[in-house]
Amino acid sequence: MSAHDSPDPSKAVLWDTHHHGHDVISTRSFGYFLYLLSDGMLFATLFAAYGVLSYSHSYFNGPTPADFVHPWYTFTQTVALFLSVLAYGMGMSAVKKGNKAGLMNGLIAAFVLGVIFLGLDIHDMMDLAAHGVTVQTSGGASAFIVLTQVHAAHIFFGLLWILVMMAQVAGKGFTTDTVGRLLSLRMFWHLQAIIWVFVFVFVYLWGYMS
Amino acid sequence: MLVQVPGGWNPLLGRLAIDQIPYTNPILAPLFVAVVIGGIILLGLITYYQKWGYLWKEWLTTVDHKKLGVMYIILGLVMLFRGFIDGLMIRTQQVWANGPQSSGVFGAVHGYLTPFHFGQVYSAHGLIMILLAATPLLVGFMNIIVPLQVGARDMAYPYLNALGLWITAAAVALIMISLFVGDFAHNGWFGYAPIFELQYSPGVGVDYWIWTLELTALGTTLGGINLIATIVKMRAPGMTWFRLPIFTWASLSANIIALTSFPALQVALFLVACDRYFGSHFFTAGFGGNLMLYTNLFWLWGHPEVYFVILPAFGMMSEIFPAFSEKPLFGYITMVAASFAIAGVSWLVWLHHFFTMGAGPEVNSFFSVATMLVGIPTGVKVFNWAFTMYRGRITYTAAMLWAIGALFLLLVGGLTGMMLAIPAINYMVHNSVFVIAHFHSMLLVIVYAIFGSVLFWFPKVFGFKLDEFWAKTMFWLFSAGTVLVFVPMYMLGFMGQTRRLDYVFNTAWHPYLVTEEIGIAVYCLSVAAFFVLLYVSIRDRVKNRVGQDAWGTSRSLEWLTHSPVPFYNFAVTPHVNARDELAWRRHNGINEAQPTQYVDIHMPNNTGVAIYIGALTFVLGFALTWRVWWLCLLSLVAIIVLMIVRSWRGDPGYIITAAELEKMEREAMQRQQQVEGHLPHHGGHAVPSGAMAYEGQKVSPLGTPPSSGDHH
Repeated sequence: MSAHDSPDPSKAVLWDTHHHGHDVISTRSFGYFLYLLSDGMLFATLFAAYGVLSYSHSYFNGPTPADFVHPWYTFTQTVALFLSVLAYGMGMSAVKKGNKAGLMNGLIAAFVLGVIFLGLDIHDMMDLAAHGVTVQTSGGASAFIVLTQVHAAHIFFGLLWILVMMAQVAGKGFTTDTVGRLLSLRMFWHLQAIIWVFVFVFVYLWGYMS
Repeated sequence: MLVQVPGGWNPLLGRLAIDQIPYTNPILAPLFVAVVIGGIILLGLITYYQKWGYLWKEWLTTVDHKKLGVMYIILGLVMLFRGFIDGLMIRTQQVWANGPQSSGVFGAVHGYLTPFHFGQVYSAHGLIMILLAATPLLVGFMNIIVPLQVGARDMAYPYLNALGLWITAAAVALIMISLFVGDFAHNGWFGYAPIFELQYSPGVGVDYWIWTLELTALGTTLGGINLIATIVKMRAPGMTWFRLPIFTWASLSANIIALTSFPALQVALFLVACDRYFGSHFFTAGFGGNLMLYTNLFWLWGHPEVYFVILPAFGMMSEIFPAFSEKPLFGYITMVAASFAIAGVSWLVWLHHFFTMGAGPEVNSFFSVATMLVGIPTGVKVFNWAFTMYRGRITYTAAMLWAIGALFLLLVGGLTGMMLAIPAINYMVHNSVFVIAHFHSMLLVIVYAIFGSVLFWFPKVFGFKLDEFWAKTMFWLFSAGTVLVFVPMYMLGFMGQTRRLDYVFNTAWHPYLVTEEIGIAVYCLSVAAFFVLLYVSIRDRVKNRVGQDAWGTSRSLEWLTHSPVPFYNFAVTPHVNARDELAWRRHNGINEAQPTQYVDIHMPNNTGVAIYIGALTFVLGFALTWRVWWLCLLSLVAIIVLMIVRSWRGDPGYIITAAELEKMEREAMQRQQQVEGHLPHHGGHAVPSGAMAYEGQKVSPLGTPPSSGDHH
């Protein structure tokens, strides 16, 4: 740590000709993990805003989540998303065996289940709008809708990414680039499911109960 | 779903209309003409000298962290100049529009700026100085120095690095275009609910403000990820955590703050955008909105951001003091701990920006005590720097003067900060210019550290030193300006002058305002001295060339490679044996040892994708501001398509063979020997020959020859 720990200068190694950089996948995964931390902060801030805007006066005498949340409906969304993450994970275990078809099946299943999740979400929002609950209704409704729809936007881009990865794996096979991206996407997809747990519990269920 | 905007809107151009161009404004119209003429001359010169190819190949498409860093710094300096002009306008308005008898021109009743225009200048000054001047300058330095200090070839993600720069440049372009197309926000740089709501600010100014901030936040987040990954993953062998130079530690702590805090800003501004575009009620007065929610969310980012900009500045000072005191930094471990303590506490103090919210004594006490806690690690740093200088062989180079200046300003700013941390005092001076003077003292610490760093690291990047005489002239003028502007401002704050006054009613304050105006005139002289400094230094560059270790007393790895640094940084990755590796090698007489064997190295290719995406984010920001929906969609889709295309292609990179490397290295060594051959070896060097001791031991007889003399 200080001069006393340093080696004898006459014998010290000064240059490292064998140092060939670093593991590409590990470096990229670390960077992507850092990005996901910032994504987590983004949701944390939105949850804080929702917390502040979920008092009874925040709904301005309009409808509250207790009026418009259907827990069982949202539970089916939860199941769809969790199964999607499971399917993705099974696809990734096929990567370990170098099984391209297994990965493709996993990705297709994850994609279809993700589309179901998103479809249910969009249907839910249309239904709310038909009952007069939009972002313009009240501060509380704004917070409810924006938080859930920011999550839905993440799902949308994740689905797009799944499609891109299916094309890349089909075209290029398992390369450092594609496998690294599959790992990043896996982290992304998993994090969206984790965040959904909080959305489901603190926004839907807690809103329904209060 | 979208709200109706007041005024005209059409599907093709959104809110854009010819009457949005302020061609009748007596200040902006001539400026616009000047900008157009200047732009045509610049483009003409580039074409005349046939530099487009060079510019495109070497700079605009580069992924080299040093060039990207230089462009960040140029961007930052340009915006520092623009922000300074805004400051000059503010000071001039206040000294002019003082008292009911004061005259008015250009449609203003008092002074020369109408209140609305003054508000825009005020907002732009704050936003630019913090986010588009200080931030790019610091990110630029981190970009250049951190990979060199950890012994890496480049950042962890070179392409992402370019992307960060061009997105930041897009933010700069967006705020600059707001001068001539539409107007800018008049709600202060941090904004207030509900004045930024569409109902009260129907123009596009607030929208420009939102999207400029969003783009900067995005660029800085990407840069933060890159720097953290570089420090964690790209260190040379032997570069253990506690051998990292302090500037690198400071960058790490700062970027952890950036990574975790900028999302809060993005969300705060996104929610403002929801209010303005979709008619939601986050921050409205009524309909269940919450005004203070905005202020909380903003400062939840805002205060960590303050430490995001101050920590790298502290890191810079920690590099300059040891180099010119010829001693290792005092209290290395405590310096690291202090940086992370400041970074940690930065999350617990945001409420001190609005003690007057009325959250009650419990809340205010908590944030008051937390704020005072910041004083402890900061005090540790101050004493460490003082003890580094204590009994050192101090050389008063211009860089050292800036660092010492920063230390004194830190005392002034820090102690007034402790005063403001006490809610009872804060209630009295809240929103007064006392607060303004306080945070200008703090932000000037950053400016001082940056100018010190420009002088300190310039020879590393460009291979020659800046002129000491003009650098010192600039320093003394700048410091005189600082005293003349901010001492009266502290006093006016106590007398009750509030911030953001476009008309100052009290004529008794006139002498103070005049003193501030004189101070800003002295600042103008220091800006002139800066331009002379650049001119003189570039003119005399051959005379001022330096070798690897430009100052002869430098300590960390960046001084182990050539000046200017070759594009591959280190021909062979150095193996690190000690903290302050170069000082250790110098002490043991092996600092000139060269690698005996070269191996092939792998480098990333240049790419135009980053600048295209940067340009498209500008288009996206502009289209969102003017609500041109088809263009928003088009640019967003184009960005996504570009990203997919780039990811499909990947970057195989290219190889520099060992033979090529050896040839380039030999040429570099020859150039260096020429430089050292004709250096003046008479007395009066910046540093005496034999260089400095390592950890207080006896000086080696084989020390570096002094690389340059002090010509003055």
